[in-house]
Amino acid sequence: MAKYLLLKHYRGAPAPVNDVPMDKWSPEEVTAHIQYMQDFAARLETTGEYVDGQALSPEGTFVRYDGEGRPPVTDGPFAETKDLIAGWMIIDVDTYERAVDLAGELSAAPGADGKPIHEWIEVRPFLAYPDTITE
Amino acid sequence: MDEALLRILTPAVIGVLVRRGADFAAAEDAVQEALLEAVRAWPHEPPRDPKGWLVTVAWRKFLDATRADTARRLREVRVDAEPPPGPGEAVDDTLQLYFLCAHPSLSPSSAVALTLRAVGGLTTRQIAQAYLVPEATMAQRISRAKRTVADVRFTRPGDVATVLRVLYLVFNEGYSGDVDLAEEAIRLTRELAAHIDHEEVAGLLALMLLHHARRAARTGPGGRLIPLAEQDRSRWDTRLIAEGVEVLQAALARDRLGEFQAQAAIAALHADARTAGETDWVQIVEWYDELVRLTASPVARLNRAVAVGEADGARAGLAALAELDPALPRYAAVAAYLHERDDDPAGAARLYAEAARAAHSIPERDHLTRQAARLNATITDAAAHAAE
Repeated sequence: MAKYLLLKHYRGAPAPVNDVPMDKWSPEEVTAHIQYMQDFAARLETTGEYVDGQALSPEGTFVRYDGEGRPPVTDGPFAETKDLIAGWMIIDVDTYERAVDLAGELSAAPGADGKPIHEWIEVRPFLAYPDTITE
Repeated sequence: MDEALLRILTPAVIGVLVRRGADFAAAEDAVQEALLEAVRAWPHEPPRDPKGWLVTVAWRKFLDATRADTARRLREVRVDAEPPPGPGEAVDDTLQLYFLCAHPSLSPSSAVALTLRAVGGLTTRQIAQAYLVPEATMAQRISRAKRTVADVRFTRPGDVATVLRVLYLVFNEGYSGDVDLAEEAIRLTRELAAHIDHEEVAGLLALMLLHHARRAARTGPGGRLIPLAEQDRSRWDTRLIAEGVEVLQAALARDRLGEFQAQAAIAALHADARTAGETDWVQIVEWYDELVRLTASPVARLNRAVAVGEADGARAGLAALAELDPALPRYAAVAAYLHERDDDPAGAARLYAEAARAAHSIPERDHLTRQAARLNATITDAAAHAAE
């Protein structure tokens, strides 16, 4: 029983095999892709492994503290930022192998020509609670 | 409103329904509904016979559900009149429920969820909160688990070892919610021990009691981890220790050693020492040898290396460690500890930092980071003194 974050990147992951940007797909292909993602999440709900899923806008702002009594400084977006998160899914599964299998399925979502995108999905374990019995 | 009483009665009430001919999944659903109704009704009208009340209400819920089902499917269902005779008193319903909920066909997380609901009498919401997943997800996990064991016959005895693994998981994974899972695991193991005379059930109960005894001393402000050697032993619960030792001794006297008894024996030796310095590490190493013989577990070997380091010196511990796979969880943390004891603060600091990156929990990571920082500070100080 462990939680994993499946991360989708706009930028920062290695290039997928079927590397055609979404706006160059046919509308049907876009619909098919979205349907695949929804079905995937729905299936994880029925297996009792789904925790959360969210998508993020590519637009973002960097914010930092600028000292006592001053408003925070905002900046960006920075064009040079290498890593851009598109969204995530959080799963709660029995094994790491299961997390990898599910990430593989997510990566098979159809893209241009209805073929799998083979997109790189990043799998990150959550830090959990410590075990009670350690010696 | 006695919620504890409701939870104690849960498995027995499910057992009554199953003996009357309900299948497990339907019986479990009906009892869960009856529990929710009890939570509403009992504060105003406490029943004279709580178990009888639950059986009556659950049976009515079951019949309602079955009738609705029958009407929908236009099919005959055999359960309507008098309850059929049960399989007799030889079968312990509660015990069978433990076996069913920990059935080997279930994944660990499913077995844990089903056990907490059907045996523990927790609601789906409480279990979902405890494991930090949405209630809908937990509901699906439980109903899927029930489908998985739907064809398992309720009368066949199961495997105690699978039940113990499930209870160990509930105890060991310290998730939190409004239910104290450690307490719940102890309660369920106690209850199991009352239904079956088995040395490893006693061993696991002793192990839980001995570790639970240290709970108050195990963490500091903000959930900060306090290692065994630094714990304030006056905060250990002597009543739990005494009970754990007594349960363990009775189990060991039967001369059928198992992994939980061996682990409990190690915990008992720690509990015996008034200060960390008085710990009988030689005996602890002997128990680790038994544990390794029993389980061949790499984690046991890793912990054995720590004990060898204490009993025979850091060099001996490092030699024991060298035989193990560096990919093991906590390997770097153990290596760091032994390197520091072997007067290698720089190596230890580097290993603690590596261990922090590999840590599986936040308190562990923070603890290991502080260890690395402490050593790095002394190294910097020493360098500054040398430069003067």
